Amino acid sequence: MEDLLIRIEKRNDVPTTLYFFTPFIAIILTIIGGGIIFYALGFNPVEALKFYFITPISNLYGFSELLLKATPLCLIAIGLSFCFKSNNWNIGAEGQLTFGAIVGGGVALLFYNQDGFYILPLIIIAGAIGGMIFALIPAILKTYFNTNEILVSLMLVYVSKLILDYLVVGPWSNPEGFNFPETRQFSDSSRMPLLFEGLRIHAGIFIALAAVLVSWFVLYKTYLGFQIKVSGLSLKTAKYAGFKGKTMILIVFMISGACAGLAGVGEITGPIGQLHRMISPDYGFTAIIVAFLGRLNPFGIIFASLVVSLTYLGAETAQIFLQIPQYTGQVFQGMILFFLLASDYLLFFKIKFQNFSKNELRH
Amino acid sequence: MSLDISFIGILIGSIMASSVPLILAASGELITERSGVLNLGVEGMMIIGAISGFALMVITDNLFIAIIGSMLSGVVISLIFGFLTQSLLTNHVATGLALTIFGIGLSAMLGKDFVGIPGKDFPILFSSLRESIPFFGPILFGHSIILYFAFVLPFLTSYFLKKTKLGLIVRAVGDSPVSASNQGINVILVRYCCILYGGGMCGLAGAYLSLIYTPQWIENMTAGRGWIALALVVFATWSPIKVLIGAIIFGGISILQLHMQAVGFRIPVQFLIALPYLMTIIVLVVISRDSRKIKLNTPTSLGRIFYKEK
Repeated sequence: MEDLLIRIEKRNDVPTTLYFFTPFIAIILTIIGGGIIFYALGFNPVEALKFYFITPISNLYGFSELLLKATPLCLIAIGLSFCFKSNNWNIGAEGQLTFGAIVGGGVALLFYNQDGFYILPLIIIAGAIGGMIFALIPAILKTYFNTNEILVSLMLVYVSKLILDYLVVGPWSNPEGFNFPETRQFSDSSRMPLLFEGLRIHAGIFIALAAVLVSWFVLYKTYLGFQIKVSGLSLKTAKYAGFKGKTMILIVFMISGACAGLAGVGEITGPIGQLHRMISPDYGFTAIIVAFLGRLNPFGIIFASLVVSLTYLGAETAQIFLQIPQYTGQVFQGMILFFLLASDYLLFFKIKFQNFSKNELRH
Repeated sequence: MSLDISFIGILIGSIMASSVPLILAASGELITERSGVLNLGVEGMMIIGAISGFALMVITDNLFIAIIGSMLSGVVISLIFGFLTQSLLTNHVATGLALTIFGIGLSAMLGKDFVGIPGKDFPILFSSLRESIPFFGPILFGHSIILYFAFVLPFLTSYFLKKTKLGLIVRAVGDSPVSASNQGINVILVRYCCILYGGGMCGLAGAYLSLIYTPQWIENMTAGRGWIALALVVFATWSPIKVLIGAIIFGGISILQLHMQAVGFRIPVQFLIALPYLMTIIVLVVISRDSRKIKLNTPTSLGRIFYKEK
């Protein structure tokens, strides 16, 4: 092709700096795209974007809310990074979060009229186990029945939400609650300790940070982490090296489910304090974006969870000041992922601008 | 509740109506998946179709423009998915999820001025026959033209895939993109077309909801039907006729649980709503463990990225 000015070539190796730089390109493009959408809807784009990205974190309370919402996102995304790194498409973290919250919430309700230092740890462990068990369903079906884990984990999201709905309407509903679809308030011993008076940020953030450190250690310093990464890059190599593929699928799903379950109990023992229908504004789905934006890297995920958390807060602020629906947060979340995936093209392909020297032009 | 014969006729009629959006969306997605593309954005494309259809109906007061516009909006939004997955070679699962999340958000943004506006009556066909014939009247007559189209569509889809050359090309591209490409078929172009067709059908499915089924605009009004449609394609093992059967079963459950709630039936209603999802998982397990069965209709390259070195 002689008259083509731009040529596209496949890269042989992905440059690391570019790999971690493209998420920033995606964020900038998302902000520009958001401004265009605001403008098209008749808002002053600069003002609207200010309400969206600056107003929410311009005071201490807002900053605490930012960390509060980033906590579950970060935790779930850390878990998902194990699955995604090994090419297991667990997209049902929302379901694992819900089931973890159900199991943890069940323990909290058992102790609703008791006090004791042991109650909260029990709830946390129960939540992690609940999420783990729920994640094992798609994992076992995948390993032993060759079933597509994307569809199974997705279907189970709805099942878990319906189980929660059944419980809070039926057997677990608050006996003094005038038939509201909610359980009793948990006792004080079942609640995450608050870090600061008057702010909602709670001790769950330490669980998330611990998960970041542990996952970094496991992924980069252990044999298991090595196996996970190799199977993600090439299943054939992993098989040839004699890694136990089936066990590994079960392990990554269990890690992922446990993290989602922890996020679930973090929410119900933290800001919510009981079980009801709306325990998560789709954190489980949004965390998929966080995992990608963070490049499946534990420290990248911390950063990404803060960015995505800001879209939640921005949507709330924009709803108050601009009277636009809260769902707009999802426009930004969707756009971030679109632009991130699109900019990945730069990673795998080189775009070359052809140099036409005078010699070539003469031909 | 009297279980007389005319009541059953009306019940069947309402089950048919509730299965229409599922048939339309699943038939569209089936073609997309048959070409080897897994688009998880069905829910997002449906909701965009729903708001575009409703908004156009309010603005132009013309139902024909509203229907066509909803399909076009589905096509346009699926073009984002097509461009990303086919031209920029992005991951199908992640792109589809982004499309759903984006679509739900964008529809709420576009629809903020349309909340609470009452819808318009959609013309129904043969309404006199509906009243005059007992039992069969409410089943066969008094529906919108979209419903009749939806019930014919699976047969057309089946004919297209099995009997036409284009259908063969779509299947070839889905089963073995490399061989298809070597035969001189433009794999990317075929997949683009299938993605856009799927988008158009999902847009129509959304418009059916906002213009005919519950004629109004409510945020997030598709309420997970897009995900059910996705499940339905798998449930039907990628066969169009089974999509029709599955849609009637899934639609039937959603209508039956309403009636059972009304009579105070003892099975928890949540269990009934969960049934389609559980059934899909069971069907998935059954067809997946038998490698012959899953290979029969499953597009072999489903969800895989195709890249041709230029």
